[in-house]
Amino acid sequence: MSSSSQVTESWISSFCGLLGHEYFAEVSEDFIEDDFNLTGLQSQVPMYKEALEMILDVEPEDDEDEEDEEEEEEEDDEVLGDERPAGYRRTSDRRHLRIASDLSVIEGSAELLYGLIHQRYITSRPGIQQMTEKYELQHFGTCPRVNCNSCKVLPVGLNDIPGQETVKLFCPSCLDVYTPPNSRFQSVDGAFFGTTFPSLFFMTFTDLDIGGVRPASTGAADALAAVHSAAAPDGKSRNNPTPPNLITSINGVAPHNLAPGLGPGNIYEPRIYGFRVSERARSGPRMKWLRMRPTDVTELDETRRYWEEHDGEDGTRPDDDDMNMVDVAEGKGVRRKIIGRRRRANGSAATGAGGGGGVSPMDTNGVAAAG
Amino acid sequence: MDDFNSDTDSDYTSYWRDWFISSRGNEYFCEIDEEYLTDRFNLTGLNTEVQYYQYALDLVTDVFDLDCDDEMREQIEKSARHLYGLVHARYIVTTRGLAKMLEKFKKSDFGKCPRVMCDSQPLLPMGQSDVANTTPVKLYCARCEDLYNPKSSRHAVIDGAYFGTSFHNILFQVYPAMSPAKSQRRYEPRVFGFKVHAAAALGRWQTDERERMKERLKGARVETGFEAEDEELEDEEEDEEMEGDGFEGAAVAQ
Ligand SMILES: [Zn+2]
Ligand SMILES: [Zn+2]
Repeated sequence: MSSSSQVTESWISSFCGLLGHEYFAEVSEDFIEDDFNLTGLQSQVPMYKEALEMILDVEPEDDEDEEDEEEEEEEDDEVLGDERPAGYRRTSDRRHLRIASDLSVIEGSAELLYGLIHQRYITSRPGIQQMTEKYELQHFGTCPRVNCNSCKVLPVGLNDIPGQETVKLFCPSCLDVYTPPNSRFQSVDGAFFGTTFPSLFFMTFTDLDIGGVRPASTGAADALAAVHSAAAPDGKSRNNPTPPNLITSINGVAPHNLAPGLGPGNIYEPRIYGFRVSERARSGPRMKWLRMRPTDVTELDETRRYWEEHDGEDGTRPDDDDMNMVDVAEGKGVRRKIIGRRRRANGSAATGAGGGGGVSPMDTNGVAAAG
Repeated sequence: MDDFNSDTDSDYTSYWRDWFISSRGNEYFCEIDEEYLTDRFNLTGLNTEVQYYQYALDLVTDVFDLDCDDEMREQIEKSARHLYGLVHARYIVTTRGLAKMLEKFKKSDFGKCPRVMCDSQPLLPMGQSDVANTTPVKLYCARCEDLYNPKSSRHAVIDGAYFGTSFHNILFQVYPAMSPAKSQRRYEPRVFGFKVHAAAALGRWQTDERERMKERLKGARVETGFEAEDEELEDEEEDEEMEGDGFEGAAVAQ
């Protein structure tokens, strides 16, 4: 079916090769050809069928005269840098019935459709795997924050609906989002990466050491060092307040991967001539909380703390993995009652999401098996 | 760095400082006044920091007339740039210097904060040390109060000591109106619409820390400096959570 892709670059490769499209993975044709993966997209994309054909380099069915314009293909290859991919033109040249305005609509539709498929693909098993390779090769760059020590970042959308926001970068070390350094990414739709991808990625590949290159001279937080040694297999940690064997995971994250760029030693301390600027000064620091992390990270383990305090009250303690990764219940003003609420909400959320087409968020561990 | 010699042989009246601050990569520097440079008091101690100090100073103040070979000239040129940087760190905390840097700040000459929630807040250059050759220049965002690496590699090699550890903090003390309102908005990692537990637990802990700080400030009758619309924002959050359940199921296909 995609006979032309052997001769010249496929629409997908040429799309991903465009300037500014460096963050995109090449979605496999298998994925696109599985109708299940395209569920619901037809209504979101104008000229859906034509757009899909273009992405897959499929010749339109109503083609009458084919195979007679081989020479033009050669010329088109040189225009690759142009916004219109060569594969597209080649196909379109054969469609004498189409008018120019139609063509630009299809072109736009194909990009939109590819983006929406891409959003789904990179949260699928093969897609997330492909993104790992790009992550390792640092295709998405590093965190601009000084205290993140050039930690590798991932693309993220702040919205899953296209046309709202451009693509941003998520840093797992400070759990914050940044604008890509190069302006060419400011025309890339964030929805083509989606809100889920980076967090799912780090939940899936829990063995990655996300911390970045930490210079020995930074005098990095004692807390961090303590956590590191606690997580190390030999478990040597004399002065750690928490028994080391207990904290291999805090809320589903290895302690050394829990926002390693935050906490004591990683918070900017404003000074004037060597003297700290007081919090009470009018221009004193107000934002330290944003980069704080408890010295003892087990303080954050709300669920475990709850169950340790209430052990044996009822026999329904869930598995750690079930309660860990996704946070269902939170909000202002109800903090003290939150644990009880979470227990109930946890159950219903799992059911609710599961009902939505086998998408239990707890199921994310399953993806890891691919890696 | 462009070569000063070749540029100016035909145009020797143009000032070295003009050339320096308009050179590519030197966009973070402001022009130091002639009066400041010629007042020896302002240069106290720098003669031991800079090789060929007197020649370098002559070059910077446009009175250099030594006949020397290219290699020597290059050495002096290098020293002049270093001297300029060291004087710059002192100059930008003077009234005149602060005013000049404020103008550059207003024009976003130092770039904008890359953090999405900071809404393109203009940055200020700073050093993590006042000692030369320790760390390259960083950029300070007054909205999130954090430090960032310059985007361009041209800027990433500038010595942070040419700006120093105090300048950016002094600027906001002298011009408090330039200090941006602080924002409580933050990014919340989500998976299929649900907040990620580890990040959310940390976020709740940080919120507690922030509220404790606000209480301390209220107790001391100091303005917190947070923007007013933050309260409303938190109300919206709860709606968002409800919608979490309805996230399109097909997204996790295969
Ligand atoms: Zn970061
Ligand atoms: Zn900022």
